[in-house]
Amino acid sequence: MTQTHSDYRLSQLDQLEAESIHIFREVAAEFEKPVLMFSGGKDSIVMLRLAEKAFYPAKIPFSILQVDTGLDFPEVMETRDRWVERLGINLVVASIDDAIKNGIIPDAAKISRNRLQIPTLLNAIEENGFTAAFGGGRRDEEKARAKERVYSHRDEFGQWDPKNQRPELWSLYNGRLHEGEHMRIFPISNWTELDVWDYIGREGIEIPSIYFSHQRRVFVRDGMLMSETPLNPTRDGEVVEERTVRFRTCGDITLTGCVESTASTIDEIIEEVAVARKTERGATRGDDRFSEAAMEDRKKEGYF
Amino acid sequence: MATTDMDLLRFATAGSVDDGKSTLIGRLLLDSKAIFEDQLEAVEATSEAKGYDYTDLALLTDGLRSEREQGITIDVAYRYFATPNRKFIIADTPGHVQYTRNMVTGASTADLGLVLVDARQGLTEQSRRHAVILSLLRVPHLVLAVNKMDLVDFDQEVFDKIHRDFTQFATKLNVPDLEVIPISALQGDNVVTRSDNMPWYSGPTLMHHLEHVHVASDRDLIDARFPVQYVVRPKSDEFHDYRGYAGQVAGGVLKPGDEVVVLPSGMTSKISKIDLFDKEITEAFPPMSVTVHLEDDVDVSRGDMIARVNNAPTPSQDIDAMVCWMTTAPLQPRQKLAIKHTTRTGRALVKDIAYRLDVNTLHRDQDTKELAVNEIGRVTLRTTVPLLVDPYSKNRTTGSFILIDEATGVTVGAGMING
Ligand SMILES: Nc1nc2c(ncn2[C@@H]2O[C@H](COP(=O)(O)OP(=O)(O)O)[C@@H](O)[C@H]2O)c(=O)[nH]1
Repeated sequence: MTQTHSDYRLSQLDQLEAESIHIFREVAAEFEKPVLMFSGGKDSIVMLRLAEKAFYPAKIPFSILQVDTGLDFPEVMETRDRWVERLGINLVVASIDDAIKNGIIPDAAKISRNRLQIPTLLNAIEENGFTAAFGGGRRDEEKARAKERVYSHRDEFGQWDPKNQRPELWSLYNGRLHEGEHMRIFPISNWTELDVWDYIGREGIEIPSIYFSHQRRVFVRDGMLMSETPLNPTRDGEVVEERTVRFRTCGDITLTGCVESTASTIDEIIEEVAVARKTERGATRGDDRFSEAAMEDRKKEGYF
Repeated sequence: MATTDMDLLRFATAGSVDDGKSTLIGRLLLDSKAIFEDQLEAVEATSEAKGYDYTDLALLTDGLRSEREQGITIDVAYRYFATPNRKFIIADTPGHVQYTRNMVTGASTADLGLVLVDARQGLTEQSRRHAVILSLLRVPHLVLAVNKMDLVDFDQEVFDKIHRDFTQFATKLNVPDLEVIPISALQGDNVVTRSDNMPWYSGPTLMHHLEHVHVASDRDLIDARFPVQYVVRPKSDEFHDYRGYAGQVAGGVLKPGDEVVVLPSGMTSKISKIDLFDKEITEAFPPMSVTVHLEDDVDVSRGDMIARVNNAPTPSQDIDAMVCWMTTAPLQPRQKLAIKHTTRTGRALVKDIAYRLDVNTLHRDQDTKELAVNEIGRVTLRTTVPLLVDPYSKNRTTGSFILIDEATGVTVGAGMING
């Protein structure tokens, strides 16, 4: 048996873990058909780990849902497949290409794939009858998220109404829904970027290799280092060269920039994060940089 | 220290508009390096565009755009920062009386309440109300930050008067621990660094106090309470007979071998083991999320509570509580609502509203027949299922509940059980 802390003190990371596990169990108990939205990034992997712990030794009692943008990093897909295999969970893939083919969303070449994720996701939620969807959003990420509830109610159009959120008190979550509505659930709301890294380090769990320093052929666009890929042809004047980089987030390969870094272990990443001068999104997410309120706009539309 | 060893302090802030709350939070975030360069640059640019000759730190914490445009904070916003030994979660709540429900929400999870007053104005009705709400919610530690000391020439007499007034008022409240600190949020005096302008003040800086206030002992480690959340039954070959009761410890310390009672059935058994993921542990205490196993094959399901044989909560269908009402249509006798208490959900009938509490004066208005939005009153309820309750003053988890409108699904009330 493991001796627990004799002074009955729980570290902040253990408290966060306990809170998140509580949320996973609450949702599994109260919702008919939850699903975990899996982006492939470190936050969704932390969610998977927490869900694993919440129901152990039983299997996670819900599926995971991924929006296939067609622009995902292959390394992210590989990591996903290993997690799915190890946990024996069901994976639902909602593909943007299929959604375009089936006429569910318009094929607007000029609209960023990131924006097309929203209707694809909402359609998948509706089609599968999911009533609760776990997301890896954290309140420390962006100002607009600071007021988001753990249980975030979405109307029948999948929209969030920031002015009309349900009060959320103690650890008493209200999961009431009407027909056609669903709830977004943010079990790691209270985690910071550093907490996520410390947890990954402590748990020794696998995350996509692109988070660690590696050699990559990159070019500079809008002040960001972008990956060379046929999916994202270079424009005039953009020069491709090999650099030592890593990614701070795992998004759409055409929009997600990397940073020069030699951090090749979790400890080195934690050190880097601790002294980082820019937010992870501000530094490397082309989709978030356009305006201070960009995130807020997309959230209202149902972005996760 | 890695975050894996840090402590956690959750605190709620309250202040009237313009007392300097956003400036103070901005400074705490900035000085603890929770603000990134790009965030600071955005705020500097906005300050300049607005023609300010200083960086408006308050802009760092303003949330949604509409609120930003109106220049006020309306909803509860959560913020995060850390010092080497502690992580902090701030529930930033608005101060206006019409947002009492938001303050109640923010205070519900707080270990400490921070009330801000403007030194020039002294104690106002608003600040008294903030203290009343924090004490009703049993926030165990209270800090009164007397802000804008620079605007009263750092005068000790001004501070002493506010200190005296407040201490006297606080005797009417439940404030187990009070600290009063003179600060200037704008200039930084006594926020993180000790002020040279107030040599007469010998107490801690605000940050020092936040870092050192002792919260571990606030939790009830005597009265074992374990609301069952979820029954874990793997039904796999390897774990064929596994049946565990998953939940978060709400009070006391649970150990294998403990004689326990399962409520409301009253069946008794012994804890055979406690699992934390794939490990067996020797004790579980709040707020751990664990899985408890019993020796006997008793019938246990979600909504039940595991407690000690000689120390269990009282199953009751008659609930007497202070209720904060949170929706526009008033609370009235004979109204029917859904109620959620720990992991148990039922329906409740409003029997009586004994009085409305004036949160400014503590006066009890017994003539009232209803509670309007943002009002707090003493309410009796009759529930369809027995709830396994403790007084809120003893346990903030087993002593609290929410009320839900069954038609809209919205959370309309928050209750704290008397006893
Ligand atoms: N002189 C002085 N002004 C302050 C201080 N704290 C805040 N202010 C100013 O008071 C005004 C209101 O502050 P703000 O933080 O927006 O108040 P809030 O409404 O409580 O969030 C702003 O103009 C601040 O610059 C202080 O300690 N001294």
